[in-house]
Amino acid sequence: MIRVAIGRLLSALPVLLIVSLISFGLMRLIPGDPAAAIAGISATPAQLAQLRVDLGLDQPLLVQLLRYYEGLVQGDLGRSLLLGKGVFAATMERLPVTIGLSLYALVITLLIGLAAGIIAALRQNSIVDQAAMMFAMIGISVPSFFLGLVMIIVFGVHLGWLPTGGYIPFSQDPLGWLSSSTMPAISLALLQAGLLARITRSSMLEVLRQDYIRTARAKGLPMRQVILKHALANALIPIVTVVGIIVTLLVSGAVVTEALFSLPGMGQLLTQAVLNRDYPMVQGGLLLVTTFLVMVNILVDVLYAALDPRVRYE
Amino acid sequence: MSELAAEDFAPQRVHPARATLKRLFHHRLFVTGLALFGVIAIIAALAPWITDVDPNRLSMRNKFLSPNGDWVFGTDNFGRSLWSRTVWGAQLSMIIGASVVALNAVFGTLIGAAAGYFRRLDNMLMRVNDALMAFPAILLAIAVTSVLGPSTLNVILALGIVYIPRTARIVRSSVIVLREMEYVQAAVAAGAGHWRILRHHILPNAMAPMIVQLSFLFAYAVLSEATLSFLGVGAVPPTPTWGNIMAEGRDYMRDAPWIITIPGIALMITVMGLNLLGDGLRDVLDPRLRIQQ
Repeated sequence: MIRVAIGRLLSALPVLLIVSLISFGLMRLIPGDPAAAIAGISATPAQLAQLRVDLGLDQPLLVQLLRYYEGLVQGDLGRSLLLGKGVFAATMERLPVTIGLSLYALVITLLIGLAAGIIAALRQNSIVDQAAMMFAMIGISVPSFFLGLVMIIVFGVHLGWLPTGGYIPFSQDPLGWLSSSTMPAISLALLQAGLLARITRSSMLEVLRQDYIRTARAKGLPMRQVILKHALANALIPIVTVVGIIVTLLVSGAVVTEALFSLPGMGQLLTQAVLNRDYPMVQGGLLLVTTFLVMVNILVDVLYAALDPRVRYE
Repeated sequence: MSELAAEDFAPQRVHPARATLKRLFHHRLFVTGLALFGVIAIIAALAPWITDVDPNRLSMRNKFLSPNGDWVFGTDNFGRSLWSRTVWGAQLSMIIGASVVALNAVFGTLIGAAAGYFRRLDNMLMRVNDALMAFPAILLAIAVTSVLGPSTLNVILALGIVYIPRTARIVRSSVIVLREMEYVQAAVAAGAGHWRILRHHILPNAMAPMIVQLSFLFAYAVLSEATLSFLGVGAVPPTPTWGNIMAEGRDYMRDAPWIITIPGIALMITVMGLNLLGDGLRDVLDPRLRIQQ
């Protein structure tokens, strides 16, 4: 298992290197003068020159690149122009909000997605199956921000059950966090739950057709035991790999959800940075979030190897 | 006794494309998806003829009218006709979706085929691919549009950059399998050049999974475009896109919920239609991957 972990970490290195290069290149893609784009039309030539020096844009590209990597190695990702603080510090402040929301959404995704998929597979072609797959289809077709808006109108405005926005940190008030995060988490989770239900169903159907399931039933084991011990355990293995993808999708989707429910997470930070042309923040934040996701995916792969001996010996 | 000709026993020759089409049109999901998507596509195409008010014409006298006989979909906070705005928004969604699909079909195929066929290119191309796929899709799209500047064209470019690596990966995995097939080896042995082998022997057989991918991609592109303009980094307001209409309607959703509901439902119908269409295409063209069994 340690070998798998080391192997995956090593193969992630070139990917992370290219990710960092792309993040670096992003600001240089701005047509014309990046400093002018950042400072806006009202900036004086002196302000522009100062900004160029601050951002290192007055240096040759190669020097800029070297300085960028020098900073990265020391954990210095530059300073946010908007917030006036380090990109790393700003990210670390906001990331827990996004992680909390994503984890909550992940729990909902797993509960709904697995349950719907398993029940649908066990009752293949029944009304329950069709209803579950219809639900999954709606789940993958409703834009999360539209679902969020409808939920705000129904549960926030008309019924008044849940707050329509705002954020309460978990450490301050766990119940408050739960109530302020429930609508965002559900609107974020539905798409992934739909995807997961579809995958779980087909994985489960695949397993139920196997010979060992027939053997287990033929030797007289109760259906319950066949499903729980023989079918489910094997059907869930390929699903573990999907969890890594789901986390990536959740963090990506959180951008929209945070904007909609005004949650102070990473997505909101980066959207604000983009709208205010805070490019160092965009560049550094993008790099940090992506690195985090690459790490999550490595963790999932290692977990997968731990669960499935076939992968370990490959 | 009548003579039986050899042709009487020959299997009926049906053109493969026609057989596939026949199976598609007997597939319930595909037909439902095609119908849903078709309605939106036709409305989008007919936009100039079925709307009589300019989608950007302000009319403060008529603001916040709920759907009624004169204003089918009602009006927004500036008294603009939501029917006009939604219909023109459909057209823009279709143009953006189709453009992203076209970009993917061309560049996804080129990159995927190059990586899958030429082993020397594979490692380099796929590492860049992996890196681009490691970014959260929406964040990368937001970053690219912000750098290039918000406009319809830049949204298309950004979504192209985000999704081409995913298409390339799918093409590559088909090409890798096909490259080792005996009929391809036979073509190599017969002295066929790389280009001829790729064009005549490999790519035609790699089309099925790609077509399936492109139909889902159309859905993602429409959805992502709406998301970008909802966040304020897509096509510049007052351009009538579904995302823009919903973003503007957000402040009035308590008193004028139709402003967000109508484009939202249109978006949902489009995406669901494309997803159903994709499911149907996959079941018929690429049965190994089918979900509905």
